Amino acid sequence: MSSVVLVDSGGANIGSVKYALARLGVEAEICADAEEIQRAAKVIMPGVGAAGAGMARLREHGLTELIPTLTQPVLGICLGMQLMFENSEEDNTPALNIFRGGATRLPDRPGLRVPHMGWNRLEMVKPCALLDGLGDDAYAYFVHSFALPVNDDTVASALHGEAFCAVAQRDNFYGTQFHPERSAGVGAKILENFLSL
Amino acid sequence: MLARRLIPCLDVRDGQVVKGVQFRNHRVMGEIEELATRYRDEGADELVFYDITASPEGRQVDVSWVSRVARVIDIPFCVAGGIRSVAQAGRVLEAGADKISVNTPALENPDLIGELALAFGSQCVVVGIDSLDRDGPYTVKQNTGNPDLMSDANRSTQAWLSEAQDRGAGEFVLNCMNADGARSGYDITQLKLLRTSCRVPLIASGGAGTMAHFADVFREADVDGALAATVFHSGAIPIPDLKSFLRDSDILVRP
Repeated sequence: MSSVVLVDSGGANIGSVKYALARLGVEAEICADAEEIQRAAKVIMPGVGAAGAGMARLREHGLTELIPTLTQPVLGICLGMQLMFENSEEDNTPALNIFRGGATRLPDRPGLRVPHMGWNRLEMVKPCALLDGLGDDAYAYFVHSFALPVNDDTVASALHGEAFCAVAQRDNFYGTQFHPERSAGVGAKILENFLSL
Repeated sequence: MLARRLIPCLDVRDGQVVKGVQFRNHRVMGEIEELATRYRDEGADELVFYDITASPEGRQVDVSWVSRVARVIDIPFCVAGGIRSVAQAGRVLEAGADKISVNTPALENPDLIGELALAFGSQCVVVGIDSLDRDGPYTVKQNTGNPDLMSDANRSTQAWLSEAQDRGAGEFVLNCMNADGARSGYDITQLKLLRTSCRVPLIASGGAGTMAHFADVFREADVDGALAATVFHSGAIPIPDLKSFLRDSDILVRP
């Protein structure tokens, strides 16, 4: 049994996430097999790309029913997190319906660049084990054009024109809109926190 | 709020980091992984690797060093040079790069930008533009990695930026060739002009010589990031010092 699996959701960042875990001493397996995912101690859903293609890929592997029923800690990264919400405006995609709300396109107005790309500060909203040990000055690396609203599942937000959900949590499900695998020490701390849940 | 990004650029030639003045006379600066790790530790926000030999010689980028870099660093990095197809870009991204940058191949085949954006999303697709000011409109040069092959792309910089943006470019790196290597400051006039039509992130390149040059380009040209090579590689401007200088100048940077 592999203790940490990376769901093969077709994202190009899957290798980077695997390397980030390796730097923390954990060899994660890339996997699309429902049984193996169910047996894993921790599940990470990386994801880069479009929502429609991401959901299609999960459906193809028969994972859309399984993922919301998992009881071990599950971490969605970037698109992987967006797919854990109810739906996405991108490609009008119904998603996994774990967190409340849907992803909408970031407002495109003068002076506000879309994609939102770069380092942004995490505004802590409520305590969450994933964010243990991070101070008020924690910056994470974001790259995205769609975002989730701040709501009850939001544990940290970030500001790009308006506040959006940067980290979500509901029970055993966690999501980061940013890329912990590319967020230097802050990201490594978050992954370490997830691994010790 | 987004922090302004400081981006050391590592020109890669035959597996080593090099730097030339006005794109000529390249000098060896060091080994790729060693410099990548050093910059990560010093607080660089992102790295760009330009394989400057790849495009003029018709080669594609060697992905083995890309995956070696991806294993050791935990900040985003972009790979440029010789990416001519969706398949080649896919190999570089799978090797662990966060973005790919296209320059000459996009000029030769503008459809490539849209194909890359469709396959990987605009956020992965950076378009590098080498722009020269010759007493008239800014014009685009191609094959700038090799002085013998460098030529005029017969396009105005502004028209090319707009076209590439409409085709799906997610970020631009504007190399202002007049300023490059001269260390007399970024080309603020040009960057400011292009900023007005650029809706996606814009990165300034060419001309950094002092810490004040960075503050000036962020404040006056509103660029999202500033790229530099020599001043970082030589140690003339240590990144931690630059960050505290910028912070004191009320420019938002990552701690």
